[in-house]
Amino acid sequence: MRFVESFRVAADALRVNRLRSALTMFGVVVGVAAVVVLVAIGTGARDLVRSEIEGLGSNIIFVAPGEFALGSAPSISRMRLDDVGYLGRVTGDEEGIAVGLSSGETVRAGREETFANVVGTNDHYNNVFDRPLRRGRYLSRTDVETRRRVVVLGAGTARRLFGDVDPVGRQISVAGGTRFRVVGVLSEIGSTFGQARDSEVHVPVTTAQRLFGVNRVDFIAVRAPSKDDVPRLQRDIVDALESRYRGEKFSAITQTQLLGTIGTVLGALTGVLAAIAAISLLVGGVGVSNIMLVGVRERTREIGLRKALGARQRDILAQFLVESVLLTTLGGVAGIVLGVAGALTISALSPVPAAITWWSPAVAFAVSAGVGVFFGVVPARRAGRLDPVIALRAE
Amino acid sequence: MTETAAERAPAALEAVDVTRTYRMEGVDVTALRGVSVRIDEGEFAAILGPSGSGKSTLMHLLGCLDRPTTGTLRISGRDVAKLSDGELAELRNAHVGFVFQSFHLLARTSARDNVALPLVYRGVSRTERRRRAAEALATVGLEHRLGHRPGQLSGGEQQRVAIARALVGDPGVVLADEPTGNLDTRTGHDVMDLLERLNAERGVAVVLVTHEPDIAARARRQIHIRDGRVERDVRDGT
Repeated sequence: MRFVESFRVAADALRVNRLRSALTMFGVVVGVAAVVVLVAIGTGARDLVRSEIEGLGSNIIFVAPGEFALGSAPSISRMRLDDVGYLGRVTGDEEGIAVGLSSGETVRAGREETFANVVGTNDHYNNVFDRPLRRGRYLSRTDVETRRRVVVLGAGTARRLFGDVDPVGRQISVAGGTRFRVVGVLSEIGSTFGQARDSEVHVPVTTAQRLFGVNRVDFIAVRAPSKDDVPRLQRDIVDALESRYRGEKFSAITQTQLLGTIGTVLGALTGVLAAIAAISLLVGGVGVSNIMLVGVRERTREIGLRKALGARQRDILAQFLVESVLLTTLGGVAGIVLGVAGALTISALSPVPAAITWWSPAVAFAVSAGVGVFFGVVPARRAGRLDPVIALRAE
Repeated sequence: MTETAAERAPAALEAVDVTRTYRMEGVDVTALRGVSVRIDEGEFAAILGPSGSGKSTLMHLLGCLDRPTTGTLRISGRDVAKLSDGELAELRNAHVGFVFQSFHLLARTSARDNVALPLVYRGVSRTERRRRAAEALATVGLEHRLGHRPGQLSGGEQQRVAIARALVGDPGVVLADEPTGNLDTRTGHDVMDLLERLNAERGVAVVLVTHEPDIAARARRQIHIRDGRVERDVRDGT
């Protein structure tokens, strides 16, 4: 018997028991839809992270104390502001080196009060990171050298403290009293890793050190002149720092490495979610197997007749296997449609990103066909092996 | 009888000292205890016997649905013991047509597609199947019922569809298991008329299994089975 015939017979069998076929398919539909949605969300999250990291600027090397590992507790930094000059001699471009020292503080202007991430940095910040200004000016070398109490506000903080009024030239107080004069306002940037970056306020790093009572910096960021210089600079920076601070470990990582690490974590997370969703697919498959067994029992006489008329064991096996695969692939297609629609809806209505990749529906389809084969084999073999004499007599 | 038979052309069906034992719930039940029967091409024979005599078992063996426990069974000259299940199915498809007491038509399938079913397993193309099925239905006088489903046909018509299905593959022999058992007397005789005519016109051997003497009497030969043995083998005119 040719495949077309098996297909026709199987399609007929499914059509006759429409409700039962639909209910059986439902398990597969839900399983496939869940896998597609979760993979879409996982992929979307990774894309989001990637675009945010890329938004930080290109060819930037982040220097931090300790070995870099995602999720590890940050080490206390021993790096100081004069490391900028020191590393400048190593990289040959002091202008391309920014420092950072940050702390969450309450900031106030008149009766308005808000919480902001106070970032102490140097005047090279804008050479390294791309943070355009909306008003006024950025921190200057003199601001840093003379430890001025001036501040550049993030767009969000500016709005919360001053509303529509131009804040440049006005005063704010930081951390319960120290007064700063506003010299500029940054353009809106959104958030990175859930951190509202518009709630940053930038102050000279020297001023910040005095304010917080420390003399360290938390991180140093170096802009490499080109991508090709990155690996060499990374090595040079780490070597230079480790020879300066004997016994300390430093790491210099790039966006690409950060991406790789985060990507691995998100990939594993997506995998776990998809595996959980796959369990429902498995349960759906067991349902298919069950219904196919019922179908074989119900159609015992038909099987007996077909055998009497010359059907071989493999003809009967093929007929039931095709039916089972047809059932799961139809369910798979419905699940893909539902999953894609679900992912798009989630993406449109919630902040959770979801990205449909070409491979996830393809894999879902292949898996649902595989489920059909796997869970159809037992019933189909049972059908194929029926003794025609006994089968013909069945009621 | 066996001597004269052996001299003729190869038999359509031939059983030599066939036994068949079933194992049911751990107990061996012997249905046939050494049966030798030869059905020649173009013959019209009836197998008679009370229920439990083994006549159905014999019919299943003759139809290649089952294999003997001991003894030799030849279909169209081929020893079934040497055939695989697949080959047996092919043999059945090519040489044997079945007619059952309860018709065994696929309920949701048209008369034409029911008749075409054996050809599906022979790899005949759909168009050719449909053409031959229509032809076979015309032979049994149902050319106006091609698209009807079994439920839309009377019992007699259903059995004629089943006969058309048995004939569509041009078998050497049609095995009819109580073909009139589910029909009233008149319709039963119509079906017998049809089988007789097909036997005469097309030369296909017909083997009936029945317990109704007046139906068996219409065959030219009566093979009486009792307790798993051939009790009497009566030919008309002998």
